[in-house]
Amino acid sequence: MTLDELIPFAESELEEREQYEHEIHVCVSSSCHSSNSEAIKDAIQAEIDAKGMSKTCRVKGVGCMGICAAGPMVAVDPDGVLYEQITPDHAADIVATIDKSPDERLSHPTDTPFFNRQFKIVLENAGKIDPNSIQDYIAADGYTALYKVLNEVMPKGVISRMMRSGLRGRGGAGYPAGLKWSTVAKAKGERKFVICNGDEGDPGAFMDRSIMEADPHRILEGMAIAAYAVGADQGYIYVRAEYPLAIKRLKNAIRQAKKLGFLGDNIFDTPFSFNVDIRLGAGAFVCGEETALIASVEGGRGNPRPRPPYPAAYGLWGYPTLINNAETLANVPSIMRHGAGWFSAIGTEGSKGTKVFALSGRVKNIGLIEVPMGITLREIIFDIGGGIPDGKKFKAVQTGGPSGGCIPEEYLDMPVEYESLKELGSIMGSGGMIVMDETSSMVDVAKYFMEFSMSESCGKCIPCRVGTRQMHDLLDRISKGMGTTHDLHQLEELCDMVQATSLCGLGQSAPNPVVSTLRYFRHEYLELLTDYDPDAAVAADETSEVTQ
Amino acid sequence: MSFKTFKIDDMDLSAAEDDTILQVAREHDIFIPTLCFLEGLSPVGACRLCLVEIKGSSKLVPACVTQVQEGMEVLTNSERLQKYRRMVIEMLFSEGNHICAVCVSNGHCDLQYLAQRLGVDHNELPYLHQQKPVDASHYRFAIDHNRCVLCTRCVRVCDEIEGAHTWDVMSHGIDSQVITDLMQPWGDSETCTSCGKCIQVCPTGALFKKSKAVAEMVKEHEFLPYLKTMRETK
Ligand SMILES: Cc1cc2nc3c(=O)[nH]c(=O)nc-3n(C[C@H](O)[C@H](O)[C@H](O)COP(=O)(O)O)c2cc1C
Ligand code: SF4
Ligand code: SF4
Ligand code: FES
Repeated sequence: MTLDELIPFAESELEEREQYEHEIHVCVSSSCHSSNSEAIKDAIQAEIDAKGMSKTCRVKGVGCMGICAAGPMVAVDPDGVLYEQITPDHAADIVATIDKSPDERLSHPTDTPFFNRQFKIVLENAGKIDPNSIQDYIAADGYTALYKVLNEVMPKGVISRMMRSGLRGRGGAGYPAGLKWSTVAKAKGERKFVICNGDEGDPGAFMDRSIMEADPHRILEGMAIAAYAVGADQGYIYVRAEYPLAIKRLKNAIRQAKKLGFLGDNIFDTPFSFNVDIRLGAGAFVCGEETALIASVEGGRGNPRPRPPYPAAYGLWGYPTLINNAETLANVPSIMRHGAGWFSAIGTEGSKGTKVFALSGRVKNIGLIEVPMGITLREIIFDIGGGIPDGKKFKAVQTGGPSGGCIPEEYLDMPVEYESLKELGSIMGSGGMIVMDETSSMVDVAKYFMEFSMSESCGKCIPCRVGTRQMHDLLDRISKGMGTTHDLHQLEELCDMVQATSLCGLGQSAPNPVVSTLRYFRHEYLELLTDYDPDAAVAADETSEVTQ
Repeated sequence: MSFKTFKIDDMDLSAAEDDTILQVAREHDIFIPTLCFLEGLSPVGACRLCLVEIKGSSKLVPACVTQVQEGMEVLTNSERLQKYRRMVIEMLFSEGNHICAVCVSNGHCDLQYLAQRLGVDHNELPYLHQQKPVDASHYRFAIDHNRCVLCTRCVRVCDEIEGAHTWDVMSHGIDSQVITDLMQPWGDSETCTSCGKCIQVCPTGALFKKSKAVAEMVKEHEFLPYLKTMRETK
């Protein structure tokens, strides 16, 4: 297929769209899907048929609209009306108000910061296109980036664009994507592979799931461009088996792309060939770690191994392998379409573009958001998130999940970027953001995450296998008011040792939630100790302030 | 072959470029503790006892899998390392049941030797008191999981040298356990050739011959390099 053939493809979809005066979008992503949104879609369709409106109005299942807690969501285009908490019984009400003023009881305001403070790149199609339709993606400029790249840009040029864009890995560590691509491109190997990491094991995280469910072709296009740049001919998407909807949509997308020749041999009649297959993870957090993931794809036990050698040099079956996070790859088509300069103009000096966060916890608007880098935590939590419910006070925000830390009120005006979050003792992470109010105990928070790391440790190396268990037991003792100063001291020693000596990122970062809560909320720990002496603590605080 | 020059503990050294820090250190009698590493088996970097410092970097690296680099300055015995190594040993003691006085390997045990050598004279960490099984179903051998340090030397020797792959690791985290076949009793294993290589490479008294009483289980660590050499020269 050529671009000339691609354009009519998009146009026929757009023409068809023009025949309709209205489009009703029903979210069919996991959260709304599990609240029976397919039945809502069917009910609305039936109502439209019954009213004889099927020539002017069509119903479409779309990906996540972001505000999951208010779901199931339905949107009426072009009226710009958004309905929340819809059941099939509401179908008649919704159809009756088309072209009229919206049904106030059901509508969800759209002129709020939740919508207008966001900036969408990877989620630009989410909630708009039908994830099961390749035509829809093409009509949204899909696959044009791949076409142009294959026909007009040398692999080196693609890598140079990636470097100039400043895109950094969204899987946690923030490694510059362009640099990784160029390493893999330079690595020598008879074959090369591209892996999309869609394992997403952090508790409470669903960023990658939403992207894969809402816009699966974007991932495929990103992977194909990456494969062309590094010289790979085979790709794997590693998705956890707990994401059946994402798997179904990705499989469907692969089938469609193959049929149209966007995957397979001689893509767009160029010498470039690339295939993609899906590999399922069995839901172990550690399998998201790149060397464990590779072992798992190879059919082995998902244990990490020491690096170097890095996958870029020695990856899948020993061949050079590019492994990027799903969100990282989802940025690629946009960067190629709009240029590196466009992308690098968004964000801050060291952190470019946008980041998707799963906002949860004690905040009014729970859901999925995409914001420009550099936005402050306060804007996210109080403007977009709508603040803390029930008149409670904000206490801390947790980013980075079990590998991250808690940030207190006084740093809420810090910009969201890799370096500043790290300075604060947390990390950008993959995008989990949990807000806590005054009622939450920070010792409990630390214990919760340590319990997670302990149960997800693969058990290969001693510091993580035994250390997480020992740290967990100490936290448990302290949280129950049975700990002593000696226990706290031992906990800190273990944090230091496990961080410094563990084999992989899981163990190395498992102490972070403890270290960061000790840094900002030490008094909460102290007050729980059996031998706590408030006077001594005050004295110690004063000396430590003097020495600082 | 190209060579690298570098320092270990202020000693100027040179080695082939794909030599590991551990190899070079051993050649020059510089002590670096190891547990999961065994000459002749693929290294896994799991026990973390061989971690060393590289000057100018805050990251510790495992000597058993890290290749030497030109100009690198390795420190093998800083106070920080000594402390971490003692903690690793303490973790193992807290995890299992290591009552040397009643163990077949008393006096011939790598763990016991390391504890003494690294100066572990008491254990700060609370004992986890895990109750793990003993499998004595094999007609000649037995395994006491309470003494297993999960070094996977048995797993690797069985797979890489004997080619039987009877052993593997099951479960994860603190519940990890080595198993025979698909967790069948060892005596029922269809793949085990009863060669006894796992017994010989096991650093502790976890794997032993049934005929041995307390302190009698002396292991032949030398057989593996010997076997490898014989196979290679053949
Ligand atoms: C314990 C652990 C779990 C991880 N889980 C994930 C994950 O679920 N998804 C992901 O993309 N990266 C995960 N990572 C990071 C990957 O190892 C790797 O750095 C990443 O996939 C690289 O992609 P990026 O450069 O695009 O971020 C994990 C790392 C560790 C240590
Ligand atoms: S740090 Fe934990 S998860 Fe990583 S290799 Fe060690 S035991 Fe496994
Ligand atoms: S049985 Fe022995 S050799 Fe096997 S893992 Fe346990 S300690 Fe290591
Ligand atoms: S000997 Fe190097 S990690 Fe065990």
